[in-house]
Amino acid sequence: MAVTRHRTRRDVIRGAAAVAAAALARPALAQAAPRIAVIGGGFGGAACARALRRLDTKLQVTLIEPNRTFTACPFSNEVIAGLRELPAQQFSYDKVAADGITVAAQAATKVDAQARSIALADGTTLSYDRLVLAPGIDMRFDALSGYDEAAAEKMPHAWKAGEQTLLLRRQLEAMDDGGLVVIAVPAAPLRCPPAPYERASLIAHYLKANKPKSKILVLDAKDNYSQQKLFEKAWAELYPGMIERIALSQGGRVTSVDPATNEIVTDFGNYTAAVANVIPPQRAGRIADIAGAADHTGWCPIDPVTFASKLVPNIHVIGDAAIAGGIPKSASAAAAQGRACAAAIVSALAGKAPETPRLDGACYNTVAPGYAFSLRGIYQPKEDQYAEAEVTTSPVDAPREVRQQEAHQALDWFKRITGDAFG
Amino acid sequence: MPSALINVPAKAKRGSVIEIKTLMSHIMETGYRHTASGSVVPRDIITSFICRFNGKEVFRADLYPAIAANPFITFFTTVTESGKFEFEWIGDKGFSETTQASITVE
Repeated sequence: MAVTRHRTRRDVIRGAAAVAAAALARPALAQAAPRIAVIGGGFGGAACARALRRLDTKLQVTLIEPNRTFTACPFSNEVIAGLRELPAQQFSYDKVAADGITVAAQAATKVDAQARSIALADGTTLSYDRLVLAPGIDMRFDALSGYDEAAAEKMPHAWKAGEQTLLLRRQLEAMDDGGLVVIAVPAAPLRCPPAPYERASLIAHYLKANKPKSKILVLDAKDNYSQQKLFEKAWAELYPGMIERIALSQGGRVTSVDPATNEIVTDFGNYTAAVANVIPPQRAGRIADIAGAADHTGWCPIDPVTFASKLVPNIHVIGDAAIAGGIPKSASAAAAQGRACAAAIVSALAGKAPETPRLDGACYNTVAPGYAFSLRGIYQPKEDQYAEAEVTTSPVDAPREVRQQEAHQALDWFKRITGDAFG
Repeated sequence: MPSALINVPAKAKRGSVIEIKTLMSHIMETGYRHTASGSVVPRDIITSFICRFNGKEVFRADLYPAIAANPFITFFTTVTESGKFEFEWIGDKGFSETTQASITVE
């Protein structure tokens, strides 16, 4: 620098006052690019981060996700049944980073909503203008008597894809022919509501080929479930006599489990499983609670138009963690919410009113190789909550060719949704 | 198709408190709903539940339209001798179901 000048304290103060005055007069020009942090690199978080960059390349977007590899839940039931390997479910964040998004491979340990800062596990702190929470779910290890983290190593939930998925698969592979596989299903809300029944179907497929004397018992804390008629028809066609389901009003609600004996107790019965797949009640990922965004239910109330938390300022919640009315907790719904939330944030930063979202969700269930059906929904805000605007379910009486087509469509859907998020 | 589920311990110590669970499948139609054409859907509920031990009433409950379908009733009692629990559900449209369970007191 050619010119140097001795700066007095008065100069500094004067300069600071001038900056402050400019900031008050023209906040948009005085500020640097808005900083958006996204916690959680699943389908919702990745879709949101990428959409933010796409809508406004000036935004500084940071995706905070401790896992360097994402393991997708959709199609993970096929891994359990030995029809697919886990690496086919795994995706890196390289392409997300290539979009100009800073990927912080750290767990967020604290959120200070007033100071708008996030503490990371490595001790660093990150400031934000807006925060999007996409933390997915955590198992409630305090909700089902006998079922804690240690019990999950004996009675896997396999409700987050990864090691748990492989553990359940190994247990099925090690089971003797004639064993009883028990699947315990919690009451709503849960991640991917039809997935327990897809799982029962695909485990039946594995057992039919490898251990045909075995049986599956579904102990269910619900009476009715999504696409029930389609599942029941498929079970009668493909796996007659192999899957028994005890619904809530038949005494199916599981009240306690014993990992030492693999015993599962309901209000009206006791069952000893050869393989016990216990899916416990769930709640929003823990960071949502730490941030103050979760209510007494364990989930996060949101404004359906902007996904803004109803409990804490400058924080949005998307995906499984959010209370989103009629929208099922699914990968495609999370991605759709992520994109809509990104649009709402960009509108808010520009001082514009948000557009009312119209969200698409698709949910494929594969009950055997080449046999799938689906539910597609369109969801819109209605009276402060999401409602189904249109829902289409596969016809119950469709010929097998239709199921075959849907099995191909399911694979295409998986390629598309993982490509959108990570490709 | 009505069906009852009951959970009574097979054995108990004399004088100890035991938990009994019951569940009766029933639609519990309130009588306050209307069909699309405007006519009232007639009330069809269970109106009372009685439990007797060796013929003597030990528990009774009256049920009302606000009670949800498939009433799940659980209660505690004590037993001083071996014997038989009888359960009875009575309701609208002549609904009447009974079931029973034995207990051995040691």
